[in-house]
Amino acid sequence: MTPQLNWQRVLLFTALGLFAAAFLAPLYVMLSTSLKSMEELRSGTLLSWPASPSLDAWAKAWSTACTGTDCGGLKPFFMNSVFMVLPAVAVSTLVGSLNGYVLSKWKFPGSEFMFALLLFGVFMPMQVVLLPMSQVLGWLGIASSVWGLILVHVVAGIPSTTLFFRNYYIGLPDELIKAAMLDGAGFWQIFRRIVLPLSTPILVVTLIWQFTNIWNDFLYGVVFSGADSKPITVGLNNLSNTSSTVKEYNVDMAAAIIAALPTLLVYVLAGKYFVRGLTAGAVKG
Amino acid sequence: MSALAIVGIRKTFGSTEILKGIDIAIAAGEFLILVGPSGCGKSTLLNMIAGLDHPSSGRILLGGRDITPLPPKDRDIAMVFQSYALYPNMNVAQNIAFGLEMRKVPKAERDAAVQRVAAMLQIGHLLDRKPGALSGGQRQRVAMGRALARDPKLFLFDEPLSNLDAKLRVEMRAEIKLLHQRTHTTTVYVTHDQVEAMTLGDRIAVMKDGVVLQFGTPADIYTRPATLFVAEFIGSPAMNLFTASHDGHTLHAHGVALPTTAAQHSALQAQAAHQASTLTVGLRPEDLALAATGLPGTLSMIEPTGPETYLTADTALGRLTARVPGNVSLRVGDAVHLQWAATQLHLFDGGNGQRLA
Repeated sequence: MTPQLNWQRVLLFTALGLFAAAFLAPLYVMLSTSLKSMEELRSGTLLSWPASPSLDAWAKAWSTACTGTDCGGLKPFFMNSVFMVLPAVAVSTLVGSLNGYVLSKWKFPGSEFMFALLLFGVFMPMQVVLLPMSQVLGWLGIASSVWGLILVHVVAGIPSTTLFFRNYYIGLPDELIKAAMLDGAGFWQIFRRIVLPLSTPILVVTLIWQFTNIWNDFLYGVVFSGADSKPITVGLNNLSNTSSTVKEYNVDMAAAIIAALPTLLVYVLAGKYFVRGLTAGAVKG
Repeated sequence: MSALAIVGIRKTFGSTEILKGIDIAIAAGEFLILVGPSGCGKSTLLNMIAGLDHPSSGRILLGGRDITPLPPKDRDIAMVFQSYALYPNMNVAQNIAFGLEMRKVPKAERDAAVQRVAAMLQIGHLLDRKPGALSGGQRQRVAMGRALARDPKLFLFDEPLSNLDAKLRVEMRAEIKLLHQRTHTTTVYVTHDQVEAMTLGDRIAVMKDGVVLQFGTPADIYTRPATLFVAEFIGSPAMNLFTASHDGHTLHAHGVALPTTAAQHSALQAQAAHQASTLTVGLRPEDLALAATGLPGTLSMIEPTGPETYLTADTALGRLTARVPGNVSLRVGDAVHLQWAATQLHLFDGGNGQRLA
């Protein structure tokens, strides 16, 4: 390797390192702040590592911090989010994959038009549906409940999950479906035995996408939830806005990290599939 | 009763007619070739036999039973696709057994069928592999195995060899032929390759623009092509063609008098009686021979293939290709004479391209 090339490398990695540091700085500040005590926060500088790291702020954020008049921490909100996210993600992903299967492999007159209408849903601003949706939830008798939230998230997610699966399944050779039809398989058998087993990359992409969107959603959570079905994002908001004499930054930071942890975890566990799924073309046969 | 009968099949998309009334019938155990240029409707017709596409009108009978309204799975048909369409998520054994499994055949019987097929196609060592780990030729075999396992009434092949390299194509072609000789399953095979058509078929249907131009045995089609298109399409090197005219007594082409047989003569007279008598004359390259006398010409190209040599000569009739045995000690530019027998002439109407004699 020539010295000049080495010099370019040094420059490149210095630049990359600086960018990485800049992007990671907020996370570092959050983490170090959450591990500090209030006294240390008042005295110490923002960027210093805590002298004696402690998880007290985390414990408080989880179980005793006040959100409004309740002082039960984020735990109930977290559990609400879990109960809401798991079925909402599962159902919207499953419906999306079925939709995509039909719209790509079982086209019928008008199916392209239906797909165009669904695409409309992808680009529709969330705020537009607030009023009509609350009306519908009222009619269905599931307003202000976790079931109402699940329904809203499923309906709101179907356009994008359908789009993902449909575009992925377009790349599956039609001859596979025809071969299975000649082999005697029906609509569901082809879906279950051939299409679904070939869907891993897009399944992971959709799961991550839906999980992140639904977990991080605040608007629907604050509008459609009842007193006992508020999701974590609403809990975090209430926690940090609950005014007391002192602003407990360490508890706020710990709470924010707790709220963000599940989505981070999903990315870490399935991130490589995410990238692979986004770049994957047709399945090699 | 024919094993497969295609009766008056038409297919229209809006105002475009893809198939314009197809009638074909073959006997049990026959190997039918649908051949033609791309866009002639041969694959559409095959899909209709499979039940993957539906005719606008007409019927398809399999063993005397009208299968036109039946879905693919109820037709007792197996198909080998151009891309093989093996299920990538299943191994070879599962691929072969899938059709049986869908038909609720017990596990023991399925395993026996897989073993039988694997032995027949020599793919026993591949049964645990996924299709992604197979070569093109192996995938081809597995695709055939999947079709064979069910022991169907009818085999369909959709250009199965077009994804293989030249050497493998010849090997697999021979294997398909051997397989058919062994199983005697009625087969419909779509190809655009006239060599495949000639070597494999018991019957050939030459299609163009949604019409069957000629339906017959390979020998029929080669020796008596029904239209100018069939004559050009079948045979390699292609048939020599030149225009000629007829004055009621003799046939002339570019100032050269062409002797005709009695049968040809009466056909020409019949044609001359009701329309202008321009026509196209065809001569197969192998029917042209070098001789001491005959049509004079100058050699413009020599293509030795080993067992035979293709000679291209510029003559008064235009550029003619002759196919002569062995190697020749001639050079480009040499003067030659070409001869042929009058019986070898193919005469086509200059207007509609129909065979006259």
